[in-house]
Amino acid sequence: MKVLVPVKRVVDYNVKVRVKADQSDVDLANVKMSMNPFCEIAVEEAVRLKEKGVASEIVAVTIGPKTAQEQLRTAMALGADRSILIETDEKVDSLTAAKLLAKVVEEEEPQVVMMGKQSIDTDNNQTPQMLAALAGFAQATFASEVTIDGDKAQVKREIDGGLQTIEVKLPAVISADLRLNEPRYAKLPNIMKAKKKPLDSKTPADYGVEVASKLKTLKVEPPAERSAGIKVGSVDELVDKLKNEAKVV
Amino acid sequence: MSILVVADHHNSELTPVTANVVAAAKEIGGDIHLLVAGENCQAAAEAAAKLEGVSKVLVADNAAYGHQLAENVAALLAEIGKDYSHLLTGATAVGKNVFPRAAALLDVDQISEIISVESADTFQRPIYAGNAIATVQSEDAVKVITVRGTSFDPVAETGSAEIEALDKATDAGLSSHVSEELAASDRPELTAAGVVVSGGRGVGSEEGFDIIYKLADKLGGAVGASRAAVDAGYVPNDLQVGQTGKIVAPQLYIAAGISGAIQHLAGMKDSKVIVAINKDEEAPIFQVADYGLVADLFEAVPELEGKL
Ligand SMILES: Cc1cc2nc3c(=O)[nH]c(=O)nc-3n(C[C@H](O)[C@H](O)[C@H](O)COP(=O)(O)OP(=O)(O)OC[C@H]3O[C@@H](n4cnc5c(N)ncnc54)[C@H](O)[C@@H]3O)c2cc1C
Ligand SMILES: Nc1ncnc2c1ncn2[C@@H]1O[C@H](COP(=O)(O)O)[C@@H](O)[C@H]1O
Repeated sequence: MKVLVPVKRVVDYNVKVRVKADQSDVDLANVKMSMNPFCEIAVEEAVRLKEKGVASEIVAVTIGPKTAQEQLRTAMALGADRSILIETDEKVDSLTAAKLLAKVVEEEEPQVVMMGKQSIDTDNNQTPQMLAALAGFAQATFASEVTIDGDKAQVKREIDGGLQTIEVKLPAVISADLRLNEPRYAKLPNIMKAKKKPLDSKTPADYGVEVASKLKTLKVEPPAERSAGIKVGSVDELVDKLKNEAKVV
Repeated sequence: MSILVVADHHNSELTPVTANVVAAAKEIGGDIHLLVAGENCQAAAEAAAKLEGVSKVLVADNAAYGHQLAENVAALLAEIGKDYSHLLTGATAVGKNVFPRAAALLDVDQISEIISVESADTFQRPIYAGNAIATVQSEDAVKVITVRGTSFDPVAETGSAEIEALDKATDAGLSSHVSEELAASDRPELTAAGVVVSGGRGVGSEEGFDIIYKLADKLGGAVGASRAAVDAGYVPNDLQVGQTGKIVAPQLYIAAGISGAIQHLAGMKDSKVIVAINKDEEAPIFQVADYGLVADLFEAVPELEGKL
């Protein structure tokens, strides 16, 4: 069984981004970039499926600039067998990403597409569901436990009131939530080995998909700052403030 | 222009966020229809008909929609959604699951988690865990939007819309519901509560959370948690507040034993009054707190509970 893992290069989760003075975007110059944390979880899950003998091949794919090769190398160091870079310097919205990934799905015919639930830059939470729609696949989003059994998968999902288990027919798109697993770190020998694994370079045009968006960003601003608060010296003072100043209790 | 609001509900009950979404729809302006897709969902439909500003409630009552499986509901939305200028729903677990699938079937983008309506085609939404706010404009024929409930005041329940049955059923046959483990609680729902008391890794254990629950009950509030507390198994996953958990904006938010990582702040920094109790005076949570108390939570939280 083949597993396709789309991964995205994003700003590292530890970075507190700043907005550019001209309000055109956030400033990503000289900022640390990493694999989207949810994609790391997706890669880990794919690797575990391979270790269990359920998956036979893992293919990582990314849409992004040339530098996104780094994230593909990371995915291969973690256990992906080969990877595909769909190179573009344009911003790619979720619908376009899903259209490109749908073409890759058509070509690769994976049984499972394992993805992150959300990119931590756009906070979109869309691409897996959109890909599932375009490919005509079942979808199991926000997964916290995945069990593959023949041509079906049982997936425990994080929902608003707790947990829900659904069964989906394969092929399916599964999107990873935080508690699906704890990703491992790549070991040095594996990082070396990953440099020799195949990395295919493509362009959106190769797939006949135009990178365009009907959604325009007009401006990007910093959020309203909260005015600085005070430290209180005791619980009594806190109670007094809550009752008489903030009037919330 | 006509807008279709898709209700968030549990068949027998409408969830409160739907009233906030209708408020967002009113800001866009136009005729507002509301869809309830479920099974034996008449009660939810009747509650929906009371939401002020809604002119018609469409009810698709069928086993295929009972658990609101994405494949089935999205197919329905793609079919009836073409006739609307906007599709809106809450940024809930169901909304986030179903809406992008419907958007792709309609070949349009989705605008996730808007926090304000600038005009019928222009909206604001947080990006980068709320560290930036983007203003986006959509040229799509149908604008598919999820709404952050806490950013819109709910409409009143003074309306009386007509209810119309939709005779539709699509079972894609791709997925099925197996089971659910829902945390039963008498406390108010986290995203709608006026007071939220949250605990973090500093609470140390499941038993440690007793004092957090007690304080919440004293204030008639809900309990929340940081990711670290959920991951450690102190509380169930549905209590997580943050970038990838629930977004809350209560009148009063009390954070005990939470350091204040940006991912946590993303979920609570629009609260009206924030109280932080942490023994580390350098903890970043103090930068957003209106009232900070440097103290051991095991002493301060029970004392606070006793004195309120
Ligand atoms: C992709 C991604 C998504 C994430 N999403 C979320 C999210 O949605 N929500 C979220 O919360 N986190 C999220 N996180 C995790 C986040 O980065 C932090 O790791 C997490 O919020 C830390 O939780 P904490 O503050 O409880 O723990 P810690 O950072 O360990 O802080 C514990 C605090 O408790 C204090 N303390 C300890 N003992 C006591 C005591 N006796 N009395 C008083 N204070 C005490 C300590 O001083 C410390 O400040 C996410 C991370 C990633 C990578
Ligand atoms: N440019 C991209 N390249 C590869 N995968 C992507 C890309 N954008 C999104 N994805 C996948 O879709 C998931 C959710 O992203 P999003 O819909 O942007 O929040 C990510 O975790 C990735 O698995």
